[in-house]
Amino acid sequence: MLTSRAVEIGVGLFVAAGLAALFMLAMQVSNLSANISSESYMVSAAFQNIGGLKVRSPVTVSGVRVGRVEAIDYDTSAYEAVVTLRIEDKYSSFPDDTSASIFTAGLLGEQYIALQPGGSEQNLKAGDRIHLTQSALVMEQIIGQFLYNMASKESK
Amino acid sequence: MILDPLQQLGRAGLGFFERLGRGHLFLMYTLAGIPGLLLRPRLVIAQLFSVGVLTLLIILVSGVFVGMVLGLQGYNTLVDFGAEESLGVVVALSLVRELGPVVAALLFAGRAGSALTAEIGLMKATEQLSGMEMMAVDPMKRVVAPRFLAGFLSMPLLAAIFSAVGVYGGYFVGVGLLGVDDGAFWSQMQAKVDLHEDVFNGVIKSVVFGFVASWIAVFEGYDAVPTSEGVSRATTRTVVHTALAILGLDFVLTALMFGG
Repeated sequence: MLTSRAVEIGVGLFVAAGLAALFMLAMQVSNLSANISSESYMVSAAFQNIGGLKVRSPVTVSGVRVGRVEAIDYDTSAYEAVVTLRIEDKYSSFPDDTSASIFTAGLLGEQYIALQPGGSEQNLKAGDRIHLTQSALVMEQIIGQFLYNMASKESK
Repeated sequence: MILDPLQQLGRAGLGFFERLGRGHLFLMYTLAGIPGLLLRPRLVIAQLFSVGVLTLLIILVSGVFVGMVLGLQGYNTLVDFGAEESLGVVVALSLVRELGPVVAALLFAGRAGSALTAEIGLMKATEQLSGMEMMAVDPMKRVVAPRFLAGFLSMPLLAAIFSAVGVYGGYFVGVGLLGVDDGAFWSQMQAKVDLHEDVFNGVIKSVVFGFVASWIAVFEGYDAVPTSEGVSRATTRTVVHTALAILGLDFVLTALMFGG
């Protein structure tokens, strides 16, 4: 028979593990808690439409993931969505005329931001704003434009 | 002669309702015995050890493997649609909503419920329960209530551990072996899994299952025919009845929570 001390320690560990699991389910599985371990810096970019972009979506250059979306806000004076990007420090030398586009991974996949480096001598610094942006393609708009073009051709 | 089948039917029906009523009265006595345990928490802690801690290993191992299977199967299906980033959602939702509470409860019935029934049944068969009554110790308060409470408290913790470990099992297979994007796995999961809708409802399920599984286990033990055959039958009944009750209740709870 185990001593009562060992029993108590075992029960204590069990209850702690159960509560830790509940906490993990609440924080890690369901809530938003961004945690990037490595050193990083922030830049922002304004978009007309971000489509289905989400916090923690990937930021890529040439398909390589260099960071994540840190925050998404709406600028009520410019009527634009402002996306804050957290980019890892080892990818710190992007020109300041880098452009940002929102693309979709696969046909129905999640959306991500692709950066396209420009040719400027100056580099992007922490807190800079990316000026050249391309909004997410919204399927309804594309279909709408397509139908509109078809209709205008037929009427000619 | 012609009355025999009818008589048997009536006896079976009466026996069923008798057991049903006895089970509920038994539950009342058990619940009435729980406040007294506040003065003697050691009784509950000892039972938490045998019911909860000793069940932990099977829960951990099963959780990892269920999560890994979910990761593998989900990936094979989702990759056809180019939607393998949704793997995290599939794994987490299946575990938190259904598999966590249900499979943990079934394992709990097999590992802890059967042990509770056999223990109480053998106490009855060896007249330990009568001996306690002779010494003016109420076996409902001394034996049944701590075991019931320990099972009731352990079950939600076990289900949460099962789900959490399962998510990491799915993460290991999906991200580690099959190359799903790390951040997409978590971000899609966090975007789609709602704390209240999914996690809390899963916890409510596991609380209900813990109540039912512990109740059936202690009742079958206390109600066992005090022979070795009776105890073995009671143990079997515990596992079968608990499994049926959990699966049936799961449907009802799912319909109530997610149906509307």
